[in-house]
Amino acid sequence: MVALQINGKKHAVEADLDMPLLWAIRDFIGFTGTKYGCGKGLCGACMVLMDGIAVNSCQLPISVAEGKEIITIEGENKNLQLLQKSWADLNVPQCGFCQPGQLITATALLDSNDNPSDDDIETAMSRNICRCGTYQRIKNAINQTVELKKG
Amino acid sequence: MGIVKNISRRNFIKGIGLASGGLILACNTDSLGHMPTEALIKFNPNLFVQLNSDGSLVLIAARSEMGNGVRTSLTSVIADEMEADWNRVTVKQGTGDSKYGNQNTDGSQSVRTFFKSMRKMGATTKAILITAASQKWKVPASECNAENHFIIHKSGKKIGFGGLVEIAKTIEVPKDIQLKSPKDFKYIGKKLPSIDVDDYSNGSAIFGLDQRVPNMKFAAIQRCPVTFGKVISFDKTAAMKVYGVLDVIEIPRIERPFGPLGGVVVIATNTWAAFKGKEALKIEWDKGVNTSYNSEDYMKQLTENVHKKGKELKNKGDIDAAFQNAHKILETTIQLPHLVHTPMEVPNAVAWVQNDTCEVWAPSQAPQRARAEVADFLKIPIENVTMNVTFLGGGFGRKSKPDYVVEAAMVSKAINGPVQVVWSREDDIQHSYFHAVSAQKMKASLDKNGKVTGWQHRVALPSISSTFQPGVEYAGGGETAAAVKAPFEIENFNVEVGKANAHVRIGWLRSVINIPLGFSINVFTDQLAYEAGMDPLDFRMKLIGSDRIEETNSEHKMNTARLKHVLKQAAKNANWGKKLPERHAQGIAVHYSFLSYVASVVEVSVKDNNVKVHKIHTVIDCGTAINKDTITAQMEGAAVFGMTLTFYGKITAKDGAIEQSNFHNYNMLRMPAAPKTHVEIIDNYELPTGVGEPGVPVIAPAIVNAIFKVTGKRYNSLPLSDYNLV
Ligand code: FES
Ligand code: FES
Repeated sequence: MVALQINGKKHAVEADLDMPLLWAIRDFIGFTGTKYGCGKGLCGACMVLMDGIAVNSCQLPISVAEGKEIITIEGENKNLQLLQKSWADLNVPQCGFCQPGQLITATALLDSNDNPSDDDIETAMSRNICRCGTYQRIKNAINQTVELKKG
Repeated sequence: MGIVKNISRRNFIKGIGLASGGLILACNTDSLGHMPTEALIKFNPNLFVQLNSDGSLVLIAARSEMGNGVRTSLTSVIADEMEADWNRVTVKQGTGDSKYGNQNTDGSQSVRTFFKSMRKMGATTKAILITAASQKWKVPASECNAENHFIIHKSGKKIGFGGLVEIAKTIEVPKDIQLKSPKDFKYIGKKLPSIDVDDYSNGSAIFGLDQRVPNMKFAAIQRCPVTFGKVISFDKTAAMKVYGVLDVIEIPRIERPFGPLGGVVVIATNTWAAFKGKEALKIEWDKGVNTSYNSEDYMKQLTENVHKKGKELKNKGDIDAAFQNAHKILETTIQLPHLVHTPMEVPNAVAWVQNDTCEVWAPSQAPQRARAEVADFLKIPIENVTMNVTFLGGGFGRKSKPDYVVEAAMVSKAINGPVQVVWSREDDIQHSYFHAVSAQKMKASLDKNGKVTGWQHRVALPSISSTFQPGVEYAGGGETAAAVKAPFEIENFNVEVGKANAHVRIGWLRSVINIPLGFSINVFTDQLAYEAGMDPLDFRMKLIGSDRIEETNSEHKMNTARLKHVLKQAAKNANWGKKLPERHAQGIAVHYSFLSYVASVVEVSVKDNNVKVHKIHTVIDCGTAINKDTITAQMEGAAVFGMTLTFYGKITAKDGAIEQSNFHNYNMLRMPAAPKTHVEIIDNYELPTGVGEPGVPVIAPAIVNAIFKVTGKRYNSLPLSDYNLV
């Protein structure tokens, strides 16, 4: 039994200790916004915030996540909510499937950097694949959010 | 069924069958299921529209949403003709059902097939509402107008659409419907954000993979590494020891075009346990005849086959004479590998078989096909299968093939309960329906003035028909159309197809045959331009030649003037020929596919094997533009999809098994390499044509042409990572 702290609530999960957090979130707790894309830490679809850091939840055993503060796409975070607004403004998503992961990575970037350069954005976001090819809009939406925050 | 308060329901089915799709324009069935509140009165003038007495408007999207924006575009066409307020609209996904007309969301055809009928659905509803208001007010209908969800009388009095629902239900569907003049379009031709954008961004959009049903189990399937191989025996001991694994069963292959491959199924309480159990299986396979499939040998064979005479598809003039009298002859061999779709969401489906019924939830591009295959497998009437279509996390053609849906039905039947079958990414890459590998030989003659006098194009690729009819050896029909109908004025013109047997399942992938044919034609044309000492843009304009319209049986015609126009515009937007920094160059390509005209100019730089695509200028003429934001997004996405296949796309087989397995060896373009893409959409009111696919084929050749300008090297095979160019 592992106790996980997800989006501000405690959840007890009865599973193998090596089961990745991704499956606890999706199949046990029921937050399906966090996606499976590759299961190998290659695509970023499964990104969540763990104590404020963006991590690939498909690579993180639940035993390691225990006691940490996990935020998923359904969770609350000031930058996440601002980014979601820019995402809607610029109509970023195509199929939408990669977008929760993209938004979480972008949130961690803005949480740690108020004024990222294009290079900073590209480096941070290179962990996430978008097969539909929405990169240009993602970058614009992050930049727009940064501008909005500056006021 | 809605509450019907003392209203004698009349039979509205006067059956106006519409030409396109044969949709019934009028019906009084409440097809929309349970709607907001019970007290609402609902008006269903047709299958696609439900107007409620509170003014809320529910529109049906019957085509699949996979990033193509169709839930927004086609419904906005209804709303536009209806003069509805877009803010009052909710979109409901139609189930897989032939009553909606063709639902195969492929071939970039949603808008072009349904534009007219959706306009009529909206216009009819509007006409009924106007009649209803005129009856209520006892004024002539001609004195009433519809505007932003209201009917307004010339005196200035107005009533909201919702207030007319009760009367509207009693009014007969009019026969003559007036469609709006394009200049009055309110949503069509504008930029409408996706109706689902918030759900996509907050994680609440339910994709197939997110579907949950009470007591649902999860299943993963180990399929034979070699296509069509069979299970001899398996040992489930280790798999059963995995925590969460419930059972291990075998399912057979179903020998139908979209039949499951069969294999060993691990059923578990969660996806992880199913995956882990699958890895623990020990299976002995009879790998079958396709073990002989090796990509290297196969490419040699294909190449040989295009270097000898093939089956003639077109022969105009005298190609041999043209080559004999040539001033210069040029010849090139093009080799392109298999590709696979890798939609971000892997194939998956939930099925629940109960007695002689089955309910399915799946991300499907072909819901009717899926429904029919499930019914066929279960041997139950098709009406007993409910096919719910979820959001698709990308499709690209993979989800047109419902093998994974049938798998779910097979497993559900076997375990007598609801189950979700989930493909791992490895399964997705290794057991797909692959985009065909191809070899092409291009040969042309030039006269002294640089005019092309002869053109010979030989193509060999395993045909998609082999998926439907095993043993097909030659590609044909639509698969070769872009070669046969190359839009050039050349006197002596010869197209042949070479032999190619399939050893894996072949299937459509975004842009399909236009990837190899758009590549070969554009790369070779460029080569000819340099050989003729001409600018590649001018050379193409000359080659396309006079303004002319190609007669076809359909209402869509190919117009060379439109083709030249996108080419000119792309060049203009990119400032073609401008002075560029050192080791930078521009490349150009143009292609007609899915009835649309697309040209792109790319700017690349090449430094120490590092190719950077700085900018892409794409111009598309897709006739009447429905949603300009979606079209722009599709062109931006196509640029990335095209670059992925240019730089990385390659699936190979060794002893019949696919060698790639996940994104580490089947790479995707990522943000640092993504180009800045500028898109122009040509404004006109021609018939709407394809958008989802036609932006892809031009990208690879434009890049290769630009690289040549910098390095003087021609790359006639892809991907460029094979040359360490990334
Ligand atoms: S699913 Fe975790 S990185 Fe792809
Ligand atoms: S929006 Fe479809 S994968 Fe990114």
